[in-house]
Amino acid sequence: MELFALFISLLLINNVVLSKFLAVCPLLGVSKNSKNALSMGIAVTFVIFVAAVITWLLYYYVLVPLNIAYMDLITFILVIASLVQFVEMFLKKTSPAIYKAMGVYLPLITTNCAVLGVALDNITAGYNFVEAMVAGLAVPLGFTLVIYIFATIRERLELATTPEGFKGVPIALITAAIMACAINGLTGLV
Amino acid sequence: MKNKFAIFKNGITTENPIFCLMLGMCSSLAITTTLTNAIGMGVAVTCVLLMSNTIISLLRKIIPDEIRIPVYIVIIATLVKCVQLIMNAFTPALYESLGVFIPLIVVNCIILGRAEAFASKNGVVDSIFDALGMGCGYTLALLIISFCRQLIGSGMIELVNPFDSTQIIFSFDVLSQYAISLFSQPAGAFLTLGTIIGVIHTIGNVRKKRAEQKKAEVK
Repeated sequence: MELFALFISLLLINNVVLSKFLAVCPLLGVSKNSKNALSMGIAVTFVIFVAAVITWLLYYYVLVPLNIAYMDLITFILVIASLVQFVEMFLKKTSPAIYKAMGVYLPLITTNCAVLGVALDNITAGYNFVEAMVAGLAVPLGFTLVIYIFATIRERLELATTPEGFKGVPIALITAAIMACAINGLTGLV
Repeated sequence: MKNKFAIFKNGITTENPIFCLMLGMCSSLAITTTLTNAIGMGVAVTCVLLMSNTIISLLRKIIPDEIRIPVYIVIIATLVKCVQLIMNAFTPALYESLGVFIPLIVVNCIILGRAEAFASKNGVVDSIFDALGMGCGYTLALLIISFCRQLIGSGMIELVNPFDSTQIIFSFDVLSQYAISLFSQPAGAFLTLGTIIGVIHTIGNVRKKRAEQKKAEVK
């Protein structure tokens, strides 16, 4: 039950994009088309989940016993960068169709701060292994949810009349502000 | 010398990382609740950027082209860890309030972006000026956003000594009865940044139109 509460809290209330401000760059960059937004969300979900598991194991079974916990940042970023590279090669070999569809978005995941953010948060919050896995699933699902909703809104915004200077990113940021208000209303759900 | 100054100015105005290039948005939204945070974050990013640009431009002929991105990331991660440990030791209150966003400087697009776009192609002196310009532009943008948010969100303008959190450098109570607390919350960050960028675009458009009109008149 506690795990479920953690899941809902990370998915909606402490949403990674709208209340913690991680992964804002891909939110603005890859949200012009809802289909692409969804593929990005799925790729990010996979990477964050695997990265959360690997970094947690590495931290508690390698870095802490060796007394080099201060190497966490360097280890984590290397794990993430190689993981993204691995996913890219794996997809290229097994399913070229998905690889082609994702194309540019795959290498971008390395600099998605949500990946490193989740890995670091799991350590600072003192989660155990199961909790770290739940966080590794809930956070990217929250990202997918927000980026998909955001992309569908932006598709309709294209047709709306906005002031000349506010076209593009500014109006998208203001849309995000309204979504953040909506997410804020869920405080106290869990 | 004029050329160096142009590189420096470029980072503040025409290629301002936040308002024009839209890089490093995450931290600019998250930590701009107070002026103190903005200055701390700005200085931290400028330091990392300065050192990473210097090191990468010194090593640019040694680093093999195929593996340059992993090499850059390791250099940047090492520098960020140093800055993080220093801040933890000397500015504990600031360290606490910036939280996860200090280690996240590693994936701040400004730093990797400048390494890739500038330091890997230019000499050391130029890279240093570029880093200073970008760092100042970033800090300035953070200051503008946090000034608006703190003024509207709490009605106060306050700056706390980062080395000693009990010592307040200055504090003006402007409109604290009319504070709109939404602006210190996440929604306010998106709203403030969106409005500022919108206003800058509008001013840019008006200027462009005037310049065109003048050209037409001359003809």
